[in-house]
Amino acid sequence: MSTEVKETEAVPQGTERRLNMIEAINDALDVTMSRDPDVVVMGEDVGYFGGVFRCTAGLQEKYGKTRVFDTPISECGIIAVAVGMGAYGLRPVPEIQFADYIYPGLDQLISEAARLRYRSAGEYIAPMTVRSPFGGGIFGGQTHSQSPEAIFTHVSGLKTVIPATPYDAKGLLISCIEDNDPVIFFEPKRIYNGPFSGYYDKPVQPWKKFDASLVPEGHYTIPLGKARRVTEGEQLTILAYGTMVHVVEAVCREKGVEADILDLRTLVPLDIEAIEASVERTGRCLIVHEATRTSGFGAELSALVTERCFFHLEAPVERVTGFDTPYPHSLEWAYFPGPIRIGGAIDKILSE
Amino acid sequence: MADRPEGSAAKGDNRPKLSLHVPEPKFRPGDTVDFSHIDVPEAGSMARPDETCNPAEMRDMAYGLVRVLGEDDQAHGPWDPKLDPDTLRAMLGHMAMTRAFDERMFRGQRQGKTSFYMKCTGEEATSVSASMALAADDMVFPSYRQQGILIQRGYPMIEMINQIYSNKGDKLKGRQLPIMYSSREHSFFTISGNLATQTPQAVGWAMASAIKGDSRIAATWVGEGSTAEGDFHSACTFATVYNAPVILNVVNNQWAISSFSGFAGAERTTFAARALGYGLAGLRVDGNDPLACYAAEQWAANRARANAGPTLIEFFTYRAEGHSTSDDPSGYRSAQERSEWPLGDPVMRLKNHLIAIGEWDEERQEKMDLEAAEHVKKVTKEAEANGILGHGLHHPFRTMFEDVFEELPWHLKEQSAQAIRERETKFPGGLDL
Repeated sequence: MSTEVKETEAVPQGTERRLNMIEAINDALDVTMSRDPDVVVMGEDVGYFGGVFRCTAGLQEKYGKTRVFDTPISECGIIAVAVGMGAYGLRPVPEIQFADYIYPGLDQLISEAARLRYRSAGEYIAPMTVRSPFGGGIFGGQTHSQSPEAIFTHVSGLKTVIPATPYDAKGLLISCIEDNDPVIFFEPKRIYNGPFSGYYDKPVQPWKKFDASLVPEGHYTIPLGKARRVTEGEQLTILAYGTMVHVVEAVCREKGVEADILDLRTLVPLDIEAIEASVERTGRCLIVHEATRTSGFGAELSALVTERCFFHLEAPVERVTGFDTPYPHSLEWAYFPGPIRIGGAIDKILSE
Repeated sequence: MADRPEGSAAKGDNRPKLSLHVPEPKFRPGDTVDFSHIDVPEAGSMARPDETCNPAEMRDMAYGLVRVLGEDDQAHGPWDPKLDPDTLRAMLGHMAMTRAFDERMFRGQRQGKTSFYMKCTGEEATSVSASMALAADDMVFPSYRQQGILIQRGYPMIEMINQIYSNKGDKLKGRQLPIMYSSREHSFFTISGNLATQTPQAVGWAMASAIKGDSRIAATWVGEGSTAEGDFHSACTFATVYNAPVILNVVNNQWAISSFSGFAGAERTTFAARALGYGLAGLRVDGNDPLACYAAEQWAANRARANAGPTLIEFFTYRAEGHSTSDDPSGYRSAQERSEWPLGDPVMRLKNHLIAIGEWDEERQEKMDLEAAEHVKKVTKEAEANGILGHGLHHPFRTMFEDVFEELPWHLKEQSAQAIRERETKFPGGLDL
C-alpha cells in the first residue's frame, strides 16, 4: 500500500512518531488545547473514560474537567451548547459518539450553526468542529455504520472533512478546530487502527506498518479544500475519501491498474482544481463512496465532472457506492462496496 | 478568533468569578465504596395513593422509594401486591431464565458466535415484574435492555437467539444488531438503537388506542441517561396534554456506559420528579424489589385504564454488568459498587421471600437454575443449526433489498441484481441467491 503523503503545504516540524488514527486525533486535540485555552472538548463518555474509541484519552486529566467533560445523552443539547459557547468566543470540539446518532442535533447544526454567520452578517459565528466516527465494516448494524456525509454537504455553511490516514487526521483536525466556520469531521472508524483493503477475510494490518502513520509532534496543518494524490496513473481518475481510499488503492494494485487516485479529504470545500486536472488527463472517472447511492456525494461529484470535463471524457462517469438500504448486520460484506464491485466498475470504464 | 463580549469578567470588572460545575461520580476504580448517602426507606413505609388521584396530591411519591420486601424478606405495607405463590414462583422463574439467557448469550459473543450482546443483570425485576403487571396485549416500547419482557411474554427463545446470531432463522432477516428484537405478535415494538426514540412513540400508540376507544394501554422503558434526549421531554409533554393511557418507565441503573446518572441530572433531583413539572403522576420505586416493581406498574396500569392519566415511574436499580460486550466498566467505576449496592439483587430477594413464606427452598432453586441453564443451552444448540454470525448461513442477498419500501423500485431491483452478480463472482455456483 502506498502511503506517501504529498501536496501538504505545511512543513512538518519536529520528531515523527508512528500513531494510529485514534492516537493522531488525540494528538491533534492535545496540540490545539495546549495552544489555545478557548478550545473545549465535550461529548458522551469523552471525559474521565476518554471516549468509547479512546480518542480523548488523557485529555481531561491534562486540561481539567472544565475543558474536557462528559455531557448528557442529548445530541441536540451537545450541538446547541457548542453554538452558545462559540457565541461567547470559545472554540468547542463536540463529539457525537456515532454519526448514526447525530440526527437529533440536526436542527441546531443546519438551522443554527451553519447560518449564524450569515443571518447575523458576521456578528456571531460558530467556530465548532463536530467530531464523529462514521462508516461501517465493524458489524455495527444500521445504528453504528452509516455514512451521512451528503446530508451535511447539502447544507450551505457547513464544511465536511474526512481523513483517510493518521497523518491527515491530525493535520486536518487542527485545521478544522482553527477554522472559524462549523466543520463536520467524520472519522472512518473502520480504519482507526489500520487501513482496510476491502478484503474482510484477511487480517487487519496495523497503521504502524505504514508510512502514513508517521505523525510529526506538535503543530501542523493540512489546508481544507486540498485533495491528496494517493497514486499517480494515466488510465483513470478515482475519487474517494475515508475508508474507500484504501479499498480503491488495494483493488488497483491487485488488478494492475494505474489509476490517478485522489483522496478528497474535504468534501466542502472541494478541491475542484485537482479533480479537473486529473480527469482532463485521464479522460475517465470513477467515484467511490460507502454511503448510499441516491443523492450521495457521488452524485454531486459526477455532476461536477460531467459539467466541467465533458469534452475530455472518453467514458461515462461511474459511481460505486453502498446500496440504497439501511446498513444490514449479517450481510454487511454484501452491502459494502468492496473489491468485486469496484473492480467491475473499473473494467467497465476502461473497456469503453 | 472570535471576540469576547464587552464587559465580561475576564476584562476586569468586580463581579464574582463564575465557575463551571461538572458532575463527578462518588467512586472511581480502586475506590472503597460507601453507599450510605443513598436513602433507603423502610419497606412498607410509603403510602399508596388512589390510582385516580390528582398528581399534585402525590408529589412526595417522586422523592420517596416504594419498597415492599423488607430486610426480613417479608412483604410490607400498602404496596404489597399480595400475589399468590404460583405467581411469585413464575416471576422468579422468568427472572432466573432471563439471567441464564444473558449468561449464555454473553459467552456466545465472547466465543465469536455474534458481534454484540447486552445483559440486564440486576435489572430483571424492572422488566419481568413490570411486564407481569400489564395485560399480554398491552403494547410495550422497550429500550435495548428489556429482554425480560419477551421471556415473560413467552416469546420463543429460539427466535431471540436466531436474531442474536443473525442467522437464516432470524425472522428479522439478519438486518438488526443483536438484541434489537421485534414481535408484533407479543405486542413488543421493534427496538431501535437510537436512544429514547421509543418514548414519545409509546405515547402516540396510547393516544391512538384512546382515539379508537380501545382498552389497551402502552408502556415504554428508557434509561435514565437517555432522559436527556429531547424525545423524552416530547413524550412527557404529549402524555400530559392528551392524558394518554401510557406508562413511562425510567430505568435508573446509575450508569450510561461510563457516564453516571449525574450527567442526566441525578445530582439535583430524582428522575421520578421529572413528572412533577409536567403534571404527570410520578412514582419512585426500588427497582431491585420485584414486588414493588409489580405493584407500581399495576398502579400505573390501573390509572391508565381508568382514563386517569399517564404515570412516570423511576425504577431505582443498578447496572451490575458492563453496558454491553463492547464495554469494560473496570475503566471508570469501582468494582465494589455491585456488591455494596444497598438494594441487593432482585432474584435473591424474591427467592428469599418465597423461602421466608414457606413456598420455596434452596433445593428447588438449585433445580430451577439448573433447568434454566439446560434449557438455554438446548435452545442455543437448536439455533446454532441455523447458523452463527459470519459463517454463511444468513438470509439470501436479495432479502437485503426487501422492506426498504413495500415494493422494490427500479433502482433497488438493479442493485439487488448487482449484489447477486457479486455473490456469483465470489462464490461461483453458490446456492441461496
